[in-house]
Amino acid sequence: MGKGLKRLIEDKKNQIIKTWFDASVQTYAPDTAEFLKGQKDPFANPVGNTTINGLTFLLDQLLKDFDRKTLATYLDPIIRIRAVQNFTPSQATEFIISLKQVLRNTLKKELQEIQLAHELSAFESKIDQLCLLAFDIYMECREKIYEIGANETRNRIFRAFERAGLVADTAVYQPKVEKTRT
Amino acid sequence: MAEELPKPEELIQIQHHSPKTDWISTPTNIRKGMYCYASNPKSVEYVGLPNAREWNPMEEDWKLPENWQEIIHQGFKERLERFRSFKVFMDICVRCGACADKCHYFIGTGDPKNMPVLRAELLRSVYRNDFTRAGRILGKLNGARPMSLDVLKEWWYYLFQCSECRRCSVFCPYGIDTAEITIMGRELLNLIGLNIDWIATPVANCYRTGNHLGIQPHAFIDMLDFFVDDIEEVTGVRVEPQFNKKGADILFITPSGDVFADPGTYTCMGYMMLFHYLQEKYGFDITWSTYASEGGNFGFFTSHETMKRLNSKMYAEAKRLGVKWILGGECGHMWRVINQYMDTMNGPADFLEEPVSPITGTKFENAKSTKMVHITEFTADLIKHGKLDLDPSRNDHLKVTYHDSCNTSRGMGIFDEPRYVIQNVCNHFYEMPANTIRENTFCCGSGAGLNAGEDMELRLTGGLPRANAVKYVHEKHGVNMLACICAIDRAALPPLMDYWVPEVNVTGVHELVANALNLAGQNDRTIDLRHEDLPGIEGESEEEADE
Repeated sequence: MGKGLKRLIEDKKNQIIKTWFDASVQTYAPDTAEFLKGQKDPFANPVGNTTINGLTFLLDQLLKDFDRKTLATYLDPIIRIRAVQNFTPSQATEFIISLKQVLRNTLKKELQEIQLAHELSAFESKIDQLCLLAFDIYMECREKIYEIGANETRNRIFRAFERAGLVADTAVYQPKVEKTRT
Repeated sequence: MAEELPKPEELIQIQHHSPKTDWISTPTNIRKGMYCYASNPKSVEYVGLPNAREWNPMEEDWKLPENWQEIIHQGFKERLERFRSFKVFMDICVRCGACADKCHYFIGTGDPKNMPVLRAELLRSVYRNDFTRAGRILGKLNGARPMSLDVLKEWWYYLFQCSECRRCSVFCPYGIDTAEITIMGRELLNLIGLNIDWIATPVANCYRTGNHLGIQPHAFIDMLDFFVDDIEEVTGVRVEPQFNKKGADILFITPSGDVFADPGTYTCMGYMMLFHYLQEKYGFDITWSTYASEGGNFGFFTSHETMKRLNSKMYAEAKRLGVKWILGGECGHMWRVINQYMDTMNGPADFLEEPVSPITGTKFENAKSTKMVHITEFTADLIKHGKLDLDPSRNDHLKVTYHDSCNTSRGMGIFDEPRYVIQNVCNHFYEMPANTIRENTFCCGSGAGLNAGEDMELRLTGGLPRANAVKYVHEKHGVNMLACICAIDRAALPPLMDYWVPEVNVTGVHELVANALNLAGQNDRTIDLRHEDLPGIEGESEEEADE
């Protein structure tokens, strides 16, 4: 990415983040969106605070190299929340694509320069990649939810069998549930 | 999920905003993962509740009695006359919004109908229509609406998205207890057979066999015998629990989850070790009952009458055995029922004595009428009087935080006793932020009978505010153990942690006590009750142990 666009984004970073955050919380009901924007306490409003913190970092990181691992660290908490809320997969990840619109609107005048248009195109490819990464995380979260449910059921049934004396050697057969972040 | 995937032509129509309809005009969309399965008709029938039949919330026809509207109206009327608090709560809300953002389900799901004020409006809107003149004349202008099938379905969906945790009531300037409104709403739903199976079947089991899982007396003893072997393996000491002993000083009752579900089982072993220690050293005489083998009371989530029936068996058993008083284990709603309802429901328990600790002589005056003492009060008193031989260093590998269970904190004001106990048996204790503990505690997200497998999304979203605070102390202090004094918590928090903060495990307070407790004649104690090696105790140099 050329320095032109990077500098422009950095100059208007606060405004871009604010607009991006507004667009992201608009995916909730209007009353909820007001709450998510208004309540600043991170423990009273984990969804809003996780989202704003994540978006701030993601924009910073996108201006640097596209480091999947680092980006995933900040994308994960947002997607982890949206993966259990009442969203379809596309709704859960759509907020990333909305950054394109936010940039185009915020930098409307500046982007008329032909050179910047090329840079914007390159930057938008990064946003696309980020969106794909979000889909990966979303699917991991969904799989985790089903895994948790399956483990609960399996343990419940196993314990019932055990109580009924149908398990010969608990030391050998007792399933050990792995606790791993997927 | 598959059926929820949008088609390509829908995908290109990106809508950046949610529809701006008011709540009353926003239709309810019953979503998988957010509700529990309908109750098994056999369970409903067993306890004599109405309209036992198979039904499915996802189907159009809920197989309601023909005159269901009349039943609801009549039931509403009776309860308004019977419970003055209910009538007052229907009338006095000014919709100031103080409660709106305090509910963990609203914070986690973002669904405005989970704002406590709106959940209560579900009932209030019908109340205004049916029972107030202004509502009848002004209709929607006055926030009134007639009962309809859609309204009923909305009731059912959202009244089972409330864990009756009462956090909202802490913030209401009028003192409205929205949990009480949910309780009444669920009672009305039960009149036409709209319960969930995670509640109905435990209620039937508890009524028939004595505990939620329907475990018969011999199997109950088998399980505790299994723990006796486990404790011997860990400590080298064989404990001998007493069962159904007539004339014992004290009856012990705990939720059956402690006996049958990990990690509650380790807490159960903790009680057994503590009782053994006290018996050996001070001649403590306590008995378990295989008949009153359940402290939990899912009748609380069904109706006042069902709650009363299930609660009475504990006192009937205390009477039968002729004990002096009852000691209660680490449970949630058992204590809310005891503390808030028992006395006027089945009490006062005059045939029992005012509880006095036989070891320290402390009078538990708070339990004067119910005759039932919470085990953390009992243990805190023992520690305060120096009656326990404790080695907290056996818990040194744990960095512990404490989750106030809703029922024991907001339902009976137990804040300091569990903390006092933990801080005497562990060297590393860290509090979560102030607005997430004590009376402000966030629910585990699975209380009031919502701890099923099929409503996992509801549980994970509802538990988000709690998990978020745990994550904070995990990242700041390296907390790796979440302690609690509720069996639902011990069942609900492990999956919650697994999703949000997988590095943190869950324990009961008496598991920590037992791991620190020195028993006469014990072995080197190189493993804890989970059979995990204690770091620094065996096969490691002192230097490593210091780390």
